[in-house]
Amino acid sequence: MFDSAILVPSVLNGITTGALYALVALGLTLIYGVLHIINFAHGALLMVALYMVYFLWKLAGLDPYWSLLIVPPAMFVIGYALQRLVITRASHGRDENILLVTLGLAILIENVALYLFSSDTQVVDTPYGFDVVEMFGAFVPYPKVVAFFGALATAAALWAFIRLTDLGRAIRAVAREKKGARLVGIEVGHVYAMSFGIGVGVLGIAACLLMPSYYVTPQVGHGFVLIAFTIVVLGGMGSFTGALIGGLVIGVVEAVGGLWLGESLGQIGIFAIFILILLFRPQGIMGHQA
Amino acid sequence: MTKLLALLAIFAALFCAPLVIGSEFWLNTVLLALYAALLGQAWNILGGYGGQFSFGHALFFGVGAYSVAVLQVELGLSAWLGLVVGGALAAVVAVIVGFLTARYGLRGSYFALVTLAFAEVFRILSNSVSWTGAGEGILIPLDQRLAALQFPDTASAYWALWAITLACFLAVWRLERSRFGARLMAVRDNEDAAAAIGVDAMQVKLGAMALSGLFMGLAGVFYAQKFLYLDPAIAFGPEKSVEALLVPIVGGIGTLFGPLLGAFALHGVAEIARETMGDAPGLNMIVYGTILVCMVLFLPRGLAGLGKHVRRAFRA
Repeated sequence: MFDSAILVPSVLNGITTGALYALVALGLTLIYGVLHIINFAHGALLMVALYMVYFLWKLAGLDPYWSLLIVPPAMFVIGYALQRLVITRASHGRDENILLVTLGLAILIENVALYLFSSDTQVVDTPYGFDVVEMFGAFVPYPKVVAFFGALATAAALWAFIRLTDLGRAIRAVAREKKGARLVGIEVGHVYAMSFGIGVGVLGIAACLLMPSYYVTPQVGHGFVLIAFTIVVLGGMGSFTGALIGGLVIGVVEAVGGLWLGESLGQIGIFAIFILILLFRPQGIMGHQA
Repeated sequence: MTKLLALLAIFAALFCAPLVIGSEFWLNTVLLALYAALLGQAWNILGGYGGQFSFGHALFFGVGAYSVAVLQVELGLSAWLGLVVGGALAAVVAVIVGFLTARYGLRGSYFALVTLAFAEVFRILSNSVSWTGAGEGILIPLDQRLAALQFPDTASAYWALWAITLACFLAVWRLERSRFGARLMAVRDNEDAAAAIGVDAMQVKLGAMALSGLFMGLAGVFYAQKFLYLDPAIAFGPEKSVEALLVPIVGGIGTLFGPLLGAFALHGVAEIARETMGDAPGLNMIVYGTILVCMVLFLPRGLAGLGKHVRRAFRA
């Protein structure tokens, strides 16, 4: 169908973008797996993190990669507070209420950003922004290569954290059996807020890795939120491995679909996958039959 | 019966609005509030009475709006035909989406996400094919005659909207008292129990989808004929879906008057915000977002629920 000279760079581009999508989706899937909440504000929170990276660069001259020390912890605090103060109080026993309150937060956050920063597109200038790395005979932008390996490292670290630490064990316990976890003395409210905080903190990492090769506007989250949902649904709600594989698949589908159908129609493939998976295999490729 | 009388009295008062309100600006504000009430009531049929929260109601709105526009601009057919086709197509699309989601048992958050994804698919499609005008949008040529279903002034547009909205509210009034409505609410409250006593949940859901889609589609037709311009973001964008669900949530979901209450309350607050803080971009949506969060947190049953509290307090 295509010459490999076009296809290879396109697939590589898809894989590197897909790794970042996967990173955004990892936070979402962690939150879903533990709290059984679909966080609609995920894209808006990513946008907040991107603006943090941008302003740290603009005002303090901080390189986006150095922002890794500041932005993820800050996002963690925001996530923890949001869960404790707002989201947990909204449920009134119905899942839809959580969805609505996170939708409300998304609208609020996005439009406050629009009010404060206007809809101008902002980018950061880095000395390495236009560097390329040669892979398989194709040139991949250096920031995308960093983002790819950074995303893999973050996923591995998150996996180790969930598997090996006490808090990770508590998170898994709560995810599986809330009442039982409470009975053995796990503070469920705290674990919920920690999970939400970590899920949002991962967005901070994603933002730092993304910013050198991307841009920020108040609406930037829109593009990511549905893609992240697709990945989470594709990979199986709550599955880390699934999110990682799903992210790469979606990245490649978008890149190759864009090549084949053109930029705007290429995105159709993502939503087609989303709808088909939801209809025919809502447990996802890595999930178990409910 | 008192409910019907109250409904008719309110709509009689609304009918007189263009005769009483002298200023074009205020008539337009009332028109937009009434229009929001229509969107809200259409969503309420499915979300409030059916318990299925759609996050993509713009889908049906856009299908209605694009139908009437494409029929006129591309095929040279009458807008009146577009009115029928727009409503019908929106209902058909709603039934298809309803069938797919009900067939595979998608409820709650999954239903919300799938409806959102469908709206996005249509947004991208309408952005890509040429006969919808793609990203540039579609312009309906000005022809302010009744035969072309266009409105020479705000008052006539208002009355056209008034008629559609009245039809929608009467349909919901009827729904509340009909067997179909009882079945729908039974499925909402407990689908398994409803099925156990012989309610065909699929049929009931599809009925609600069709009705909801029909009025959403008619709202789309009205929009296209009033503003004579459409683009993919206006027709299928998330703002429309949010407006449709916000209105009944503020007013009180699953109630006849909730959407009306919610629409006028929201537009009132938005108007006050504009007066006091100026016409900045995003301000409207900041207000809406804040209201949505606060309503879910503190008043999950909407303003109508608040009314019940007050009445009970007085009786006690």
